[in-house]
Amino acid sequence: MKRAVTVVSVLVGLHLLILLAGFVAPYDPTTQVRTLPFAPPSRIHFVDAAGIFHLRPFVYASAPDGAGDYYVEDMSVRYPVRFFTRGARYSIVPGIESDVHVAGVDAPGRLTLAGTDGYGRDVFSRVLHGARVSVTAGLLATLCALFVGTVLGTLAGFTGGVVDRIVMRAADVFMAVPWLYLLFAVRAALPLHLDTRAAFLLLVAVLGVVGWARPSRLVRGIVLSAKERAYVRVAEGFGASPLYVLRRHVLPHTYGVVLTQAGLLVPQFILAEVTLSFLGLGIGEPEASLGSMLGTLQQYHVLASYWWMFAPAIALVAVAAGYHALTSLAHDRARLVAS
Amino acid sequence: MAQRLMRLIGTMFGALLVSVLPLTAATPAALFTPGEELQVERAATGRPGGRLVVALRAEPRTLNPLLVADAPSREVVGRMTGDLIHINRLSQAIEPALASAWTRSKDGREYTLTLRKGLRFSDGHPFDADDVVFTFQALLDARVASPQRDLLIVGGKPIDVKKVDEYHVRVSLAGPYAAAERLFDSVAILPRHLLERAFMEGTLQEAWTTQVAAGAIAGLGPYRLKEYVAGQRLVLERNPYYWKVDANTRRLPYIDELVFLFTGNEDAQVIRFQSGESDVLGRVGADNFNLLMKDQTSRRFQLADLGPSLEYNFLFFNLNDLSGKNLPQVAARQRWFTDVHFRRAVSLAIDRDAIVRLVFKGRGVPLWGNVTPGNRLWQNTSLPRPARSVADARAVLKTAGYSWRSDGALVDRQGQKVEFTIATSATSAQRTEMATLIQADLKELGMDVRVVPLEFRALLDRILDTFDYDASVQGFGGGDADPNGEMNVWLSRGTNHYWRLGQKQPATPWEAEIDRLMQQQLVTLDVPERKRLYDRVQMIIAENVPFIFLATPHVLVGARADLGNFQPSVLDHYTLWNVEQLYFKSQARSNGR
Repeated sequence: MKRAVTVVSVLVGLHLLILLAGFVAPYDPTTQVRTLPFAPPSRIHFVDAAGIFHLRPFVYASAPDGAGDYYVEDMSVRYPVRFFTRGARYSIVPGIESDVHVAGVDAPGRLTLAGTDGYGRDVFSRVLHGARVSVTAGLLATLCALFVGTVLGTLAGFTGGVVDRIVMRAADVFMAVPWLYLLFAVRAALPLHLDTRAAFLLLVAVLGVVGWARPSRLVRGIVLSAKERAYVRVAEGFGASPLYVLRRHVLPHTYGVVLTQAGLLVPQFILAEVTLSFLGLGIGEPEASLGSMLGTLQQYHVLASYWWMFAPAIALVAVAAGYHALTSLAHDRARLVAS
Repeated sequence: MAQRLMRLIGTMFGALLVSVLPLTAATPAALFTPGEELQVERAATGRPGGRLVVALRAEPRTLNPLLVADAPSREVVGRMTGDLIHINRLSQAIEPALASAWTRSKDGREYTLTLRKGLRFSDGHPFDADDVVFTFQALLDARVASPQRDLLIVGGKPIDVKKVDEYHVRVSLAGPYAAAERLFDSVAILPRHLLERAFMEGTLQEAWTTQVAAGAIAGLGPYRLKEYVAGQRLVLERNPYYWKVDANTRRLPYIDELVFLFTGNEDAQVIRFQSGESDVLGRVGADNFNLLMKDQTSRRFQLADLGPSLEYNFLFFNLNDLSGKNLPQVAARQRWFTDVHFRRAVSLAIDRDAIVRLVFKGRGVPLWGNVTPGNRLWQNTSLPRPARSVADARAVLKTAGYSWRSDGALVDRQGQKVEFTIATSATSAQRTEMATLIQADLKELGMDVRVVPLEFRALLDRILDTFDYDASVQGFGGGDADPNGEMNVWLSRGTNHYWRLGQKQPATPWEAEIDRLMQQQLVTLDVPERKRLYDRVQMIIAENVPFIFLATPHVLVGARADLGNFQPSVLDHYTLWNVEQLYFKSQARSNGR
């Protein structure tokens, strides 16, 4: 029980962070600060250069040294960390906009908690906004796949016969298609100028359409076994309509499977989005996504020199691990109920 | 700087001091044949022996000098072959090679070349004027379809090469041709005794593939083929008949074996070099260079930043004639692209310094013209170099009838929002980075720009064939410093005239003017006059901005610290151009590892 509370609260926390990305992130994810490429994370100080302790944490501005590859802190001016400051405008959901951020420092100081990328953009802000894109894509694609999968699976299992065969063969085809190559082809066929929102929706639709086959097979199996149960037969004997039987006696059996599938599909679809963006087929620059951020790690010098560029990987692992823990919890619970 | 200048002066003197020494006595280093007319490299003194490993980005496609088109093939074939007149890669001036001397007729149409006597190909067969005549015959043969063929067609006619006697050839051109001596650089002289039969049978284009047996291929370069293992490595061994000797009359090259490994990409090359598996690193990007700098002393590298290269990177818009193509959207956007004010405004808004700083890590220079500071002789230094100014760019757009909506978006006279795509090659991280910076710069003008990285072939297909693109970031240059190498970019019918391809007549008066000036410089023999003409070309290009020049990277190379005579150049081939003079300073390496 305690484990369940931990897992769920961690997941909820992560999603809140992601939902409130604009509020938590100190900066706009696309703003370039061209004087600070690949700057390491800001150090949060309590004790200044003179050895005096300050209750309010502060940072120093850093600037590249002569050679341009190392950053040195300019100890002359302290930039105290301020909370609930005003900064770049952002929207939490379309319609709700604000410019208040949890924390920040006065310019020209920069509060870069996870360093900056090659354009001087704040990696921490980008991870939050990028995770929002990736996780939202994963969730929406899951909803889409489960909806299509459940409807088709139920239809196939409940009606049987020709419909069943057609749906299941179609599912086979979808499972056999090498979807990565399909996506390459789809992207190549589309016009070059695709705005971010269209690209995002396309991504979700493609993932959802490709992903319906497995849940639909599982749902079909359960529906098949459920509709043969004695009490279902009895209900039918008493004159219950097929729709009533489906709603009252058959579908409730599928909830467990659908939920478990959801837990499995969300991280899988998040990873799929990451893969596509990593390969340059997802959300394009300057918008962030975990995949496109990880894409820069393909370059040897980034991989070897700037450890903070791994931040999106950490975020990805955290989210995926959270969902897997949730799924295994659900699984255990289901076993408990069954026994 | 002073050091580089000294080195340059040193080599130029070295080149001048090259003299002809008829050698009769046999020296311990190698056997000399009587009457052999060798070239003495005064600058070179070194220790013989050892094995030099070079990591190539890709596998060479061919070993046939006539068909070389890709960089790895050029890199390998260049070490196995010799040319008549050579461009010194440091001084960028010409110097004698297989031709020890030449004279030019008064009208500039005829050259008489004197060949070195008594030289032998790497298989021991003697070299004479017949080989030269055969080489040009093969190069100019349409069946062979050599990529070098077009360069040897002067004034609409192929150059004519005739044998005068065993050691003299006469080259006739249909018209006067400036810097004609440079045409001979990198034209590999072929052994007639090995290839004549294939030529007669019309199978020359199939000869000397990478499968060729080591005994069936020969050249006049410092190395000859020893072994080729497909997918892994290519090994060259010292050519015992090579025609250069050092100051101690020791026959060059010093190093016994040259091994080329095939790695796949730049990162793999860097990793091989870093781990000590390869000895020489060809051109690398600034980020990898900086990475290596960190352990330069601990791992004993010598890394060299040679300053600006000849390569220019540029943004250009699609100005192609789209009639007959079904591309209404691109055609609609061309309304902006064809407006010179629009292009000037874009140029003004681009932060070139940021490109140098972020993309080239400070190892580059901003550009406003096609000739980079790396080109010592031809740059027009009086080109305007306007500093970045968003305000000026906005003013230019305003006078051209553009305005801004309340949300900051730029709209044209018809109220159409200005949005377009910059297509880049997904494999070139640097050009994609440039495009991303430009995207942010142009956002300040209210332009909505998308960057789309495409697979390289798909991108070329759009630029050269379908014309289905708005704008792209590309790079050119890096070949010869002479303006003739740029002909196919600037002539309106040129195959690299990217912004508007396939023109039968110049589309604009200024393109016609460039055509005229480029043709004129081609036939002008007076160097200052040629410079004046080419300066004018550069000025017209800068005024009409068909290409928006961005920046040029420095040439960055490296080698093991104990590699002697390593004198990399900004011209291709950057590191191995003087491979015959390279040697290992340490006893252990020169004796083999």
